[in-house]
Amino acid sequence: MADTTAPPQSQASYVRSGGLTALIFLPPALTLFTVFVILPIGEAGWYGFYNWNGLAALDNFVGLENYRQLLANKTFHQAFINNLLIIAVSLAVQLPLALGMAVLLADRLIGSTAFRMLFFLPYILADVAAGLIWRFMFDGDYGLISQTWQALGGDPLYILADRHWAYAAVLTVIVWKYFGFHMMLYIAGLQNIDRNLYEAASIDGASPWQRFRFITLPGLKPMIKLSVFFSLLGSLQFFDMIVSLTGGGPLNSSHTMVSFLYYFGIGRMRIGFGSAVGVLLFILCATVAFGYKRWLMRDDND
Amino acid sequence: MLVKALSGLAVAFAMSLASAQAADVTVRMLHVNETGDPYWKKIAEDYNATHKGVKVIVDYMENEAYKAKLPTLLQSEDRPDIIYSWAGGVMRAQIEAGYIQDITAHKAEFDQVIYPAPLGAYEVDGKLYGVSVQLSEVLLIYNKALLAKAGVDPAQMKTWDGFLDVLKKTKGAGVTPLIMGGADKWPMHFFYSYLLMRLGGPDVLTTAETTEGGFKAQPFVDAGAKLKELAALEPFQDGWLGTKYLPSQGQFGDGKGMMALQLNGFIPGQQKNATDGKGIPNDQIGLAPFPELPGGKGKITDTLGGVQGFLLTKDAPPEALDFLKYFVSAEAQKASAEAGVYVPATKGTDAFIKNPLVAEIARAISNSTWHQNFLDQDLGPSVGRVVNDVSVAIAAGDMTPEDGAQQIQDAWDQR
Repeated sequence: MADTTAPPQSQASYVRSGGLTALIFLPPALTLFTVFVILPIGEAGWYGFYNWNGLAALDNFVGLENYRQLLANKTFHQAFINNLLIIAVSLAVQLPLALGMAVLLADRLIGSTAFRMLFFLPYILADVAAGLIWRFMFDGDYGLISQTWQALGGDPLYILADRHWAYAAVLTVIVWKYFGFHMMLYIAGLQNIDRNLYEAASIDGASPWQRFRFITLPGLKPMIKLSVFFSLLGSLQFFDMIVSLTGGGPLNSSHTMVSFLYYFGIGRMRIGFGSAVGVLLFILCATVAFGYKRWLMRDDND
Repeated sequence: MLVKALSGLAVAFAMSLASAQAADVTVRMLHVNETGDPYWKKIAEDYNATHKGVKVIVDYMENEAYKAKLPTLLQSEDRPDIIYSWAGGVMRAQIEAGYIQDITAHKAEFDQVIYPAPLGAYEVDGKLYGVSVQLSEVLLIYNKALLAKAGVDPAQMKTWDGFLDVLKKTKGAGVTPLIMGGADKWPMHFFYSYLLMRLGGPDVLTTAETTEGGFKAQPFVDAGAKLKELAALEPFQDGWLGTKYLPSQGQFGDGKGMMALQLNGFIPGQQKNATDGKGIPNDQIGLAPFPELPGGKGKITDTLGGVQGFLLTKDAPPEALDFLKYFVSAEAQKASAEAGVYVPATKGTDAFIKNPLVAEIARAISNSTWHQNFLDQDLGPSVGRVVNDVSVAIAAGDMTPEDGAQQIQDAWDQR
């Protein structure tokens, strides 16, 4: 008798705990996720052990050879450094700039909305378009920057042809394009800070710097973390603008890891090697994403 | 009554299906020749008009996009029936993978229509896999007015020392000697390739490919050293490392430099991409072969260039082959030959060429003692692009000739 009553009971608890709902609603999403995310990652991991041109039979197993070549590749080292430089510039230049602008423009002053729009506009632009526009700006013969410099009596500037300056140009465009987005994040964050705190601080005689240091900054902490997180992931994914602005050149000095993957993996029909780059990138991205959440975002809930 | 009507409908339906199948053998051709596209579409139209039941569709795709997408396209069931090819290493990889039809059975027919040397580029191990359609040559293209301004004699450029001397004099006269699209890299590999050909002679690549460490052989190191010698004169325009190929055409068209080592397609290109849209007119353009090198095994009549054509993919219908036969006929190639879009590989088309520059190039190719396919195609993409990288790096003073040869060897070993 006990046997016959047990199943309905467990079924009921199953339903109550949402298990049935999960059973019905999970498969479509899970299938899509498996087919378009898990399988390709697995395939890339598999291809990474082969020397494969994408056409022939997958039969030239080389073990970790692709990874060995990748770690010994000077262009890849440079690409990795370039990714780190994006993060460094994001933290050292873009973040303070965005924060400063946000503090200036958060108050409803005349023209602040117009400035917000103006600074946010580049972010709406596609990376490819931004790259092409700045390619013209940096052009040594016809570009605005070189022309201005010549008007001041200098020689023509071929910024994108100089291996020491080309990547600096890329970084400039990154800050130009993305600081507006981060500024908007901070403005949103500022609006969540209780106005009364500022009033109370003013009454207590706190200087503007003290108000910024002890009210604004702590209040913006979650947004700053989010902004840094976006900068990190943005750096790891950075690709389109490299293609349209420098094509990775001159002398392969301005690649990021993703553009390296495209030019040296797909462009050279070395799908095995490219897959190895992809796997490394995936591991880096996953580490950053989970590590960041674990170590820096966790006290948000406290 | 109803049954009868229904069965009648079914019969009509079945018939319409059958006729639809009979009428619609679709043949799809994919290529990357932007200027040739309208002419090739016209050939397909003419063919479709006279061949009931066949519909040939010609599609154009941008060069780099085509190269990147082709491996995936070939693996799909939806692959084009006729694909564009540069012969060489990429084609061999496609053949080895089993995506290309063997058309050796029709070789005799094609032999009658196409010149033997270009058709030979589509043979692998005695089997024919494709047909060559257009030929191109890399040569020195110069602006006669600027040459006169610099006060140099083109006859001097027949030897390497004379050529370097011309560059020095031109620079001394305040004229930029050479225009280079260095950002795209492959324009610089033309210098390296020609130096290699002039130094090593016709066997230089086969020897390197079949010998252990063959790409570190003397001709490869020496070609790098000569390129370094040339680049030390700083003959290229300012900012050449950041100039892409199409803007470099425009610079030549605007008269910003005297000369370019380029494909014949550069000539209409510089006219199209010049600021005024006209560029340097044909009668102001002079052509010269790449100079000879003392003690080298190559001849001044050896040419570097392309032998582009088409391959039939796996499962392409017999109609595709039939269309290809019509496509390479002198009748079909006449219009593009007359327009001077390219040099056709088809016999008897020389007579149609009106543009004297194109005629001169056609003559140079037919008198060629050895026509070498582009290195970045011949060696396959993985090794070829390293040759491009190495050429630019040596010219920029960023790499020694020895390191360059080593890098090519590494790429060959890892391919």
